[in-house]
Amino acid sequence: MRLEKCWFCSSTVYPGHGITFVRNDCTVFNFCRSKCHKNFKMKRNPRKVAWTKSYRKLAGKELAKDTTFEMEKQRNRPVKYDRQLAQKTIKAMEKITEVRQKRQDRFHEARMKKAKVQQTAQEKAELEKDINLVRETPYTEEHTEQAPKEVQALVKQVQKNAPKKQREKLKIPVEKGRQRMRE
Amino acid sequence: MVLYNFKTIQVVPTAKDFIDIVLSKTQRQTPTVVHNGWAINRIRQFYMRKVKFTQSNWHEKLSKILDDFPKVDDMHPFFGDLLNVLYDRDHYKLALGQLHTARNLIDKVSQDYVRLMKYGDSLYRCKELKRAALGRMCTIMKKQGPSLAYLEQVRQHMSRLPAIEPNTRTLLVCGYPNVGKSSFMNKVTRADVDVQPYAFTTKSLFVGHMDYRYLRWQVIDTPGILDRPLEERNTIEMQSITALAHLRAAVLYVMDISEQCGHTLAEQAALFHSIKPLFANKPLLIVANKTDVTQVDSLSAEDKAILDEMVSEAAKMSGVAPTDAKLLMMSTLTEEGVMAVKQVACDRLLASRVEAKLQGKRIQDVAYRMHVATPAPRDRQARPPVIPPSVAAARARAMQAAEQAKKKTEKDMQEENGGAGVYSADMRKRYALQDPSWRYDIMPEIIEGHNVLDFVDPDIEARLEALDREEEAMAAAAELEGDDMDEDDLTPEQRELLKKIRARKTIVVAAHRRKKSAANNAPIKPRRVDADRTSTTQHMKASLARVGVDASAAIERARARSVSRVGRKRLRSASAAAPADMDVDGSQAPPQKRIHSSKSRSMSRGRALSTAKPIEGQGLKNEAQHNKAIKMHDKMQKRMGKAARKGEADRHIPDLKPKHLFSGKRGIGKTDRR
Repeated sequence: MRLEKCWFCSSTVYPGHGITFVRNDCTVFNFCRSKCHKNFKMKRNPRKVAWTKSYRKLAGKELAKDTTFEMEKQRNRPVKYDRQLAQKTIKAMEKITEVRQKRQDRFHEARMKKAKVQQTAQEKAELEKDINLVRETPYTEEHTEQAPKEVQALVKQVQKNAPKKQREKLKIPVEKGRQRMRE
Repeated sequence: MVLYNFKTIQVVPTAKDFIDIVLSKTQRQTPTVVHNGWAINRIRQFYMRKVKFTQSNWHEKLSKILDDFPKVDDMHPFFGDLLNVLYDRDHYKLALGQLHTARNLIDKVSQDYVRLMKYGDSLYRCKELKRAALGRMCTIMKKQGPSLAYLEQVRQHMSRLPAIEPNTRTLLVCGYPNVGKSSFMNKVTRADVDVQPYAFTTKSLFVGHMDYRYLRWQVIDTPGILDRPLEERNTIEMQSITALAHLRAAVLYVMDISEQCGHTLAEQAALFHSIKPLFANKPLLIVANKTDVTQVDSLSAEDKAILDEMVSEAAKMSGVAPTDAKLLMMSTLTEEGVMAVKQVACDRLLASRVEAKLQGKRIQDVAYRMHVATPAPRDRQARPPVIPPSVAAARARAMQAAEQAKKKTEKDMQEENGGAGVYSADMRKRYALQDPSWRYDIMPEIIEGHNVLDFVDPDIEARLEALDREEEAMAAAAELEGDDMDEDDLTPEQRELLKKIRARKTIVVAAHRRKKSAANNAPIKPRRVDADRTSTTQHMKASLARVGVDASAAIERARARSVSRVGRKRLRSASAAAPADMDVDGSQAPPQKRIHSSKSRSMSRGRALSTAKPIEGQGLKNEAQHNKAIKMHDKMQKRMGKAARKGEADRHIPDLKPKHLFSGKRGIGKTDRR
């Protein structure tokens, strides 16, 4: 029993899953699911279909060439069973997968570096642009702001004349408010 | 060797059919159209061709018939006589002779008319000549009707004759009717001859085959014969006589000693004596049948004497020593003695055939080429083959050793452990591994989605070390490179703020979408009942407060100008009519006297409480309920959108392939309309 790789998307095909097609020139095609089989029948090239492994590797989106891949290869040369060798192999498998994972992570990080810069810039721009949507300090009754001097003088004069009840509401100059909104 | 197979003779058509066949063939295979404009020579050729073609057809077909039917004189005398008996030789010869004459006549007619046609001076004359020629040919053939019919009869009968081979090893069974000839035949051969308890069940010759001494033997069953002069014998009996007369076979004269056949032993003996001449030069055996009914011993002295006389007569005729001659006894019912009769008869025949061959000339040719050496004895001493005792002992020892050294095979083990289906062979027990204790190790094939066998490599350790070193180097390189990061990242506070901004944005976008989606079918509502109206002072206040602006002054001003407060009427006083100033001191003006737009409304009536006020026209209790309804609606819509169900607003084709357009006959050949 072997785990095969899907011809189209290169995913692992477990025994009892998918479908195998043997062409009349004895070439064997394994497919993990009907989606891949159908794509094959439509004569699509997996290198040109974005969701396949081969596309991602070709487009530099994934680690494509590595010694860890070299160490996992189907060898059509029979090796006589040896208990020590088997034990070593199983230990080595863990190690190899671990290393491979690390390398893939590193690859991804390196690939994402540029994107990160771009993203930060974008976020900063957004912060600057849309700050008006949220103010850290919403308006409350006590909130006052310094108005221009001539306005302040005017306000004082008004306060003297105006009836007491209305005074509070006159504190904010309208222009100031409008300007802010425009920002 | 001539094979007498009459089955291949082709059917002889009746005269009428014959004429039809030939004329229609002429019509089909010669040109049929003649034009007036043709040269006379061509017209003559045209009709000549027709005459000649017809003639050659007749000739061909008649020749075929004449060739197919065997010539009486060329045949084996047995068949010649059989033909005579069955179909009357004269009649047969006459019929064939007439056909032969007819063939010649037709040739003659054709010759004459072709010659005449050379003088035909018009199309009409040529045509008439052709007609006359064909007519005469047909008349000739029409006269052959009876002959053709007779030949067809003969052909049918002949094709059903048994395939008798006159020259091969043959046993011929003969005797009175109903004495058990056919029963013997059925016992000895694979033939299935009809056996019935009355005389003349067998009305013709039957052939069966059997094997004896690795040779093929032919057994011929003949119809019964009665004891009467040859001239009185009927056709059925004559067939037997013919066979007896001409076939070089071992003759079994079957007798019914129980006399159940209705004829006494004496009568049977009389028949034997009367047809004796037919048995000359043939191995002859007297077979007493039906011993299950009557034993020979129980016969009377006279009968015994009759039998003895017959036996001795038979021995004399077939040239056997009187001591060897004996009466053969059998019972076809119990099969007792049947095989013995067969064997004796076959042996006798074989012996006689060998003798005949030895007397012939051909044996000389072979005999010259053969020599069997018989060394003359040197002395009187007997020299049997001898194996020295030491050699014999050595052989025995070798045999024993081989017996002991015999390997125990899987098959033996299977037999010991319950046989096939129970025992299952151990495939691993002879694995040639470095350590025999590894034989039954179980090795995993798949671990964590990888084939273990893909990793198996004799120098895995070295490669792993190399990988380790490589990895260390790569990790160090990555460390160096990765340091120059994280400079201009956002601070946590900024992140928090960004999160808030985005949350706010989603709310705005959602509200906008809601409004947009409803825009097409939103009814125009009075402002009073429009719960979704956003251009209200309250709304303005809230939204401005959110960005840190006190909007109370602006609200005040807007309210002061609202129609509901000021009223629609133009006022006389300029101050009252003047619009509120945009200035800061716009609200400086003294408060207006409140005037109702509606005269009917009492001035003392207070403003309605806006909190918990039911929204008119919606049937909902309050704002909270309204919001909840919106939420529920959105959620519902989301589900609908996901399912993408077909709704009644969607384009709909009731029937993609309407039955009436795709079935039924289409008289005019189109499938889309009729």
